[in-house]
Formats: sequence, structure tokens, C-alpha cells
Amino acid sequence: MNQKLTLPPDGLERLFEVLKERGFTVVGPTVREGAIVYDRLASPADLPRGITDEQDGGVYRLKPRADGALFGYVVGPQSWKRFLDPPVKRLWRAERDGADFKIVPEEPDQETFAFLGVRSCEIHAMAIQDRVFTGGEHKDPGYEARRRSAFIIAVQCTVAGGTCFCVSMNTGPRSESGFDIALTEIVDAERHLFVVEAGSPRGREILAALDTRPAEADEMAEAEKRIAKAAAQMGRTLDTEGVHDLLMQNPEHPRWGEVAGRCLSCANCTMVCPTCFCSTVEDVTDISGDHAERWQKQDSCFTMDFSYLHGGSVRASTRSRYRQWLTHKLATWIDQFGESGCTGCGRCITWCPVAIDLTEEVAAIRANPPAGAESIKKGKP
Amino acid sequence: MIHPMVPEVRRIKRVYRENHNTVTLAVEAAEAAGPACLPGQFNMLYAFGVGEVPISLSGDPAEPGVQHHTIRDVGAVTRALTRLKRGDSVGVRGPFGSAWPIASCRGRDVVLIAGGIGIAPLRPAIYALLRERERYGEIALLYGARAREDLLFGEEMELWRGKYGVQARVTVDSAKWDWKGNVGVVTALLPRVRFDPAHAVAMICGPEVMMRFSVLELKNLGMEDRNIHVTLERNMKCAVGFCGHCQYGPTFICKDGPVFSFDRVRSIFGVREL
Repeated sequence: MNQKLTLPPDGLERLFEVLKERGFTVVGPTVREGAIVYDRLASPADLPRGITDEQDGGVYRLKPRADGALFGYVVGPQSWKRFLDPPVKRLWRAERDGADFKIVPEEPDQETFAFLGVRSCEIHAMAIQDRVFTGGEHKDPGYEARRRSAFIIAVQCTVAGGTCFCVSMNTGPRSESGFDIALTEIVDAERHLFVVEAGSPRGREILAALDTRPAEADEMAEAEKRIAKAAAQMGRTLDTEGVHDLLMQNPEHPRWGEVAGRCLSCANCTMVCPTCFCSTVEDVTDISGDHAERWQKQDSCFTMDFSYLHGGSVRASTRSRYRQWLTHKLATWIDQFGESGCTGCGRCITWCPVAIDLTEEVAAIRANPPAGAESIKKGKP
Repeated sequence: MIHPMVPEVRRIKRVYRENHNTVTLAVEAAEAAGPACLPGQFNMLYAFGVGEVPISLSGDPAEPGVQHHTIRDVGAVTRALTRLKRGDSVGVRGPFGSAWPIASCRGRDVVLIAGGIGIAPLRPAIYALLRERERYGEIALLYGARAREDLLFGEEMELWRGKYGVQARVTVDSAKWDWKGNVGVVTALLPRVRFDPAHAVAMICGPEVMMRFSVLELKNLGMEDRNIHVTLERNMKCAVGFCGHCQYGPTFICKDGPVFSFDRVRSIFGVREL
């Protein structure tokens, strides 16, 4: 069992210094254009102090908090995949060489990140993407290098958002592993401090360089109480019992047509999702015709182009695209990677412009299985 | 470690013009240490400055030092590829994907059903079967194309028929007065070949609708799902499981396919827009 320590809020200044001395770029939450985003931070002063977020289907709003909490909100529109699997990246360049051409692979990026304020659902999201990019026969070396070097400072959630359902997905709110350091913020009238623990030898080494003291029993108890409170506050629930078979047996459920009537096919849900990994490639050439580049870009299964196959798109209807996304996220992901692709972070609900809520869609399919489900299950060519 | 989406540059050893819109590129193969290819697998081919597409290997997998790719000109990248000449360079990644079940054909009859360019991924299977012809029972090849001018590998088909006793039957969707052969869908050829459905392996490659009817007919003859093999196609960008484009229900066609035994995809095969 790790010893828990207590860090005063000004201890974060020292944490930034120690991380920078070791060559890390500190990335964490900061307020920009009315939202909490993840970006490179110069100091703890860049953190959103005394701010919380109101979230619901299609609703996101920052509001002041009465206290000076630094982590008194949940997750915003971005996730760490922005840094681990950048949405736009060059894979290689090709140069004409007489009648021939040669290919020059992109040099790996040297920046190493310290992620500050990683939530439990986000640690799970990273583990889910690890299986995609490094768990199979082929590995993405850039992703692997960025992921392996990243220093992860988790923040235990002490407040839950209106669209959170990590408890249903068994991914939070407490981070049990997958971090180097975990912080639980305690802020009230008398005190403002962090109960901290190390989750790795690297984390222990960094903690040893900070001005900490052993945590008091009441501080540890208060930290647990706050995490438990967040667990009890979940804005949404998703019944995951048998959800794989439920969706696999219902590809023709009338609900898909109903949700397609609302879905704008805008791809917001896939862009904010911390596990959605799909990408496309683009070839760029210059006017001389001697230089070509191949870029990899974030893509979404909600676009028509995504399923284009000589002569047309396989998934031409919004109905089929929403079905693909939800069925992949909650069902076929389990077939492919042994676990669900959903962490219960709620981003897809918050950032859907028409407030489509996957927990509601699953509940609707569960509540009303159509008569034809059995024949689909048995299969027919 | 090199990113698996970085191609190798290889030289084209020979170009075969197959018909008015299709060529076969014989590309020098990777070093001896490289992976051997299996019948049914595909490569990703990159045309300089234009783009990259998945192309099935269509040559003899046992032939060393070369890989054949039969390409029909249907889009920007395939147009650029079909215009390449001997000595030109092409970017190559692969081979990727699953293979036709050649080993499970031993001692059994084999039915091959091809539609259009679908004959190309089946040709390596034919080569593999004919290499050890005595190990197999009847071999039937049913091949349908849109029209006479779209047919591929006509001379070889004569060789397979004459020298190896393959029951090769060809049909076209539409024909002019000078066509003396069959006209109609490929499944109409099934009653015209000898094989024992209870002890046969079927391999099908063609448009999805053609495969759907082929499977139905084979099942009507008494074939079991696990002995029927189909290939599936979806948009594909990476071929290594990163891009997500080629998902087909629970499978990634790039790594779980393109060849599937029908019992594996039965439950989703008929679902539209999947």
C-alpha cells in the first residue's frame, strides 16, 4: 500500500518546476473560449481556479465556484488523445529521384509530456487506445513512444458532471492504477490541500522532490468521502448487462431510424470521444510534382466518405452510421479488443448539438425488442 | 521501429495487359527474409503523388522474387497504377490479411466462384491447388463477368481446363451475337459442374450481392457454412488495424479478413449498410 502524503496547493508550483527540470512539457486543463481545454501550461496559475462546469445533453457552461478549487470540474471537449495520437500528423514524404522515388519516414517527435489532471475515465481511455495502437501485430511507434514517456498525474474526481456515467462503465470515479501520481483535492473554509499518492517508481521519485508531509487520517478519510460523493452524483447511468448481445441482435431495431431523424451526422461525438481512433490519409503534392507527402488525419464514421467503396458509400444513411458508431462503441469493441470502447465520460452527450444521449438510446432498444430480433440472431444470407 | 504505414519502394519487373481496363503488375518481392504471401492476401500499393489502395495478390504464391497484382482502372489511384511501365517504381506494403483455406481442401472437391475482378484474388488459390492437383478431388471454377471484353485470364483458363481437368465455366451478364457461351448470373452454372456438396470446400470472391446468392445456392445444395469461404471488401486506409475504416461488424477486414469462413460472418452477412 502506498503511503499517502499531503501537498499544499502551492506545492504545485514546485511540481511544475520538478517536471520541467526533468524535461517534461506540462499539459493540463485551462480555460479558453468558454471551455476547459487541455494545453501546455506555464504554471499552476494557468489552471481553472474556482470554476466548475454545468453539463447536460447538448449543454456545456462554465460557472464560478464559491471556493478556490483548481480541479472542481469534470472533463471538457478535448481528451488526451489530442497529444498521444495527434489529430493531424505527417507519416512520410516521398521525393522523386530521377525516374525513381524514395520515401522518407517522419522523424519521431521528441516532446515528452506530463499530463496534469487526468481523470479515471481518461486513464481507462488511454488503456483502450493502447490496445488499438500497440496491442496487435502492428504497432504505431510514435504513439508508443509518446505514451511510454508520458508522466501521468491523475486527479481523483470529487464532483461528477451531469453527463457522467463512469460508475456504470466501471471506469471511475477513482483512479486505481495507470498513473504516476494521483491527487485528491480537498478544499473547504479551513483548508486547501491535496492528498497525494504515487503509482509508479517514477511517481515516487517526483514526490520525493516535493515538499510533502504524511497525510493525516482525517485528510485521507475526507478524500475518500469526496470521491464517494462523486460516485453518488453520476448524471447518467447505462445498464451494461448483456449490452453486447442486445445491440448485435438488433441491427434492424426501429429506434435506429428514430435516432437518425434527430442525428445531424456532424461527427461531434466521435471527435470528443477519448477512445474513437479512426483516421484517414491524405496525399499532398506540390506543383513541381517532385514532392509528395502522406498525412494521417482524424476521421469519423459519421461522414459519407468513411465507407466509400468504388461507386458509393456502404453506409449511405445516417441510420446506418449511428448504428455503426454505437454498436462499435458498446458491442463490437468487446469482440475486437476484449473490453468496451466506452468509458462513461459523457462527452458525446454533452457535445451533441441535438442532445442525443447514448444511455437513452440503449435503454430504448432494451425496453422494446422488436419481434424480428430472433430471426436476425439466427442469421440468413 | 518503422511505422507500419511507411511503404517500401519496389520496381515493376513486368506489366501484363489483361483487357481494356485491367493490367497485372509483376513487382519485385521483398528480400528473402520478408514474409511469404499466402493465396488470398493483399498488398497496399502506392502510386507516387496519387495515393494508396489495397490490391489482392493475383500471382503464384510459390513463385520466388515477384508478386503479381491485377488492377482494374476504376479510380484515380488505380488509373495511375495501371499506367505504370516496366522499370517504374511503386510503393508496397504487405502482404496483409487472411488466406484461402488450401490445406482444408485436401481429399475434397473444390468449388471456386468468381465475379468480375474477383477472379484475381482466387488465382493464387488455383495455382496452389494445381501445384498438387492429385491431392484434391473435382475442381470447379465458375466465373462471371459483365461482358466478353471484361474477361480475364482466358488463355490460362484453357490450360487449367485442358491440362488439369478443372471444370471451368464462364458466363457473362450481356453479350453480342458473336458470343457462343453462357449468358446469365454465375450461380446458374452451379448445376453444370460435378462436385459433392457434402465433401466440398467453396471459395467465393465477387460483389456482395453475387456472394449472397452463391452462398444461398451452395447451402441449398447441402453445403455447410463452415465449408463456404467468402471475401469481403470495405474502404481501407491503413491495412494494419489503426484507421477503423474496414470494420465489418466485429471484424477488421484488413486483419481478420479479407477471407472469412461463412459461419464467422453469417449473422451479419445479410445486414444492409453494415
